[in-house]
Amino acid sequence: MAEYKGVMIYGEVKEGKLAPITAEILGCGRKLANDLGQDLCAVLVGSGINDLAQEAIAFGADKVYVVDDPLLKDYQTDSYVAVMEKVVKQVMPQILLLGQTSIGRDLAPRLAFRLETAVSMDCLELAIDPDSKLMLQTRPVYGGNAQAIYSYDSHPQMATVRAKAMSPLERDASRKGEVTTIEAGIDPSTIRTKVLNKVSQEVAGIKLEDAEIIVSGGRGMGSGDNFKPLEELAKALGGAVGSSRPPADNGWVPEAYHIGLTGKVVAPNIYIAVGISGASQHLSGCSGSKHIIAINKDPEANIFRAAEFGVVGDWKQLIPAFTNKVKELLGK
Amino acid sequence: MNVIVCVKQINDPEAPPSSFKVDSATNKVVPPPGVPPVISPYDEQAVEAALRIKDAQGGKVTALSMGANLTRDVVKKPLAMGADELVLLDDEAFAEGDSWSTAYALAMAIKKIGEYDLVFCGRQAGDWDAGQVGSGIAEILGLPSITIARKIDITDGKAKVERVTADGYEVVEISLPAVITVTSELGEPRYPNIKGIMAAKRKEPTIWKPADIGVDPSQIGNTGRRTKLMKLFQPIREGECEIVGGESPEEAAANLALKLREAKIL
Repeated sequence: MAEYKGVMIYGEVKEGKLAPITAEILGCGRKLANDLGQDLCAVLVGSGINDLAQEAIAFGADKVYVVDDPLLKDYQTDSYVAVMEKVVKQVMPQILLLGQTSIGRDLAPRLAFRLETAVSMDCLELAIDPDSKLMLQTRPVYGGNAQAIYSYDSHPQMATVRAKAMSPLERDASRKGEVTTIEAGIDPSTIRTKVLNKVSQEVAGIKLEDAEIIVSGGRGMGSGDNFKPLEELAKALGGAVGSSRPPADNGWVPEAYHIGLTGKVVAPNIYIAVGISGASQHLSGCSGSKHIIAINKDPEANIFRAAEFGVVGDWKQLIPAFTNKVKELLGK
Repeated sequence: MNVIVCVKQINDPEAPPSSFKVDSATNKVVPPPGVPPVISPYDEQAVEAALRIKDAQGGKVTALSMGANLTRDVVKKPLAMGADELVLLDDEAFAEGDSWSTAYALAMAIKKIGEYDLVFCGRQAGDWDAGQVGSGIAEILGLPSITIARKIDITDGKAKVERVTADGYEVVEISLPAVITVTSELGEPRYPNIKGIMAAKRKEPTIWKPADIGVDPSQIGNTGRRTKLMKLFQPIREGECEIVGGESPEEAAANLALKLREAKIL
């Protein structure tokens, strides 16, 4: 019976480049592979992606498997699960890592059930147990109020990794590796979905995931119009505007603003939380921030447990005054 | 249209974080005192999605829940919202499963229910947050699936679904029967009205034990798990928050800016 060996990562491609998550999980995969004394490989699935294999090698992969087919241009569950099933059964990796992304949240569970194994989603930490040699998976549960460590012995051991939880390796363009093509071999009649349209609702300006400064509003803002003072503050600071879940769900701000467990994960230098209670689900998205500053009229709000500095009071009076002082200090 | 909606009873995830406690000896969460359990929030949205389809197309909505000693008032909420039937897998053997054993038991119950065009689930449960059971049910039953749906419309015997993506959404058509997991961007679930509450009170749920759905206790719940929970713990949050004050809100705000400048943050 063939043996499961090696660490494999599912690489994501965005706008003709490797998505940031890919380098992050390669960094994580490299550590696990080193601990096991095994190889690290990456899988790239899509259409017109051949050129990106070398980039995956530059970020640490020893081997890259490329599945390039016009039918794979858009992510669809049926085609991507079938392709990954084929790749895994050919390569037999001991560990398979994916990103906790829009694709990962859909692909990983279905693939784990297809392969009759298991997957731990949204992991913050992965390690090899020195005794069992199995992967220990640490993930947030109860909205982020607790963390759970899982282990299991079905293979491949699968995990999705939270964005920004792991560090990429230094890019090394001189790194050498092996590139292998695998035929997709999809029967189009087995794809039971059809992508009709893709709509981007990204706001112009700095992307939240990349912003060094974020001003974020919560339920306490009360309306979409009330985000204008936050936008002014963000402009003065050279930052971006985000929100917790209620403003996005209520349609006060675009859904792209939503930071949290089921929204974006950000790790800016400065995170200013205005009218945000600090529920664990929201903190899951912003706890990686270097400095959290909270403004809330409830002195008992949970956000003050996560923040470094805070002011208790009404944002209607505090924000304009804060913005003015910031402009003064920054010479604007 | 016949829609089956899976709903899970959990500790209230909106309970204040300060009331959250883990018993590290048993790797279990201590239910917050005096806070009744609820239907997992995303599952409520799944019920709402099903009721919107019933409003538009007619048909039947069957709620399906699973656990041990389920609180009838809690699991009857879908009926109060407008669902027609309630099926409960209520037995110790069903409890404390992982994504695999949970999806397996629910899939077998759905097989027994028999007639359906759609199966809806919340995108993830408000306790374990795994987000796998919907996809797992689909895989076990051999059905197509879409996750993280914020809008579902039925046209020409197919579902047209808006799926939330990182930078917006995509519109995907899926053949029926299918499994769809629902996200909060769908909108507020409707409040039960008096008529619904009275109907729910009168309605007797169908209760099934493992033998009724043709599963062995060893394949379900805690015994049927594929994964092992090694440890459950509360991460310790370090650091104190420095509250900045002032004679007036304006002064406090200015002091905050000065504090940040002093700390070299600004």
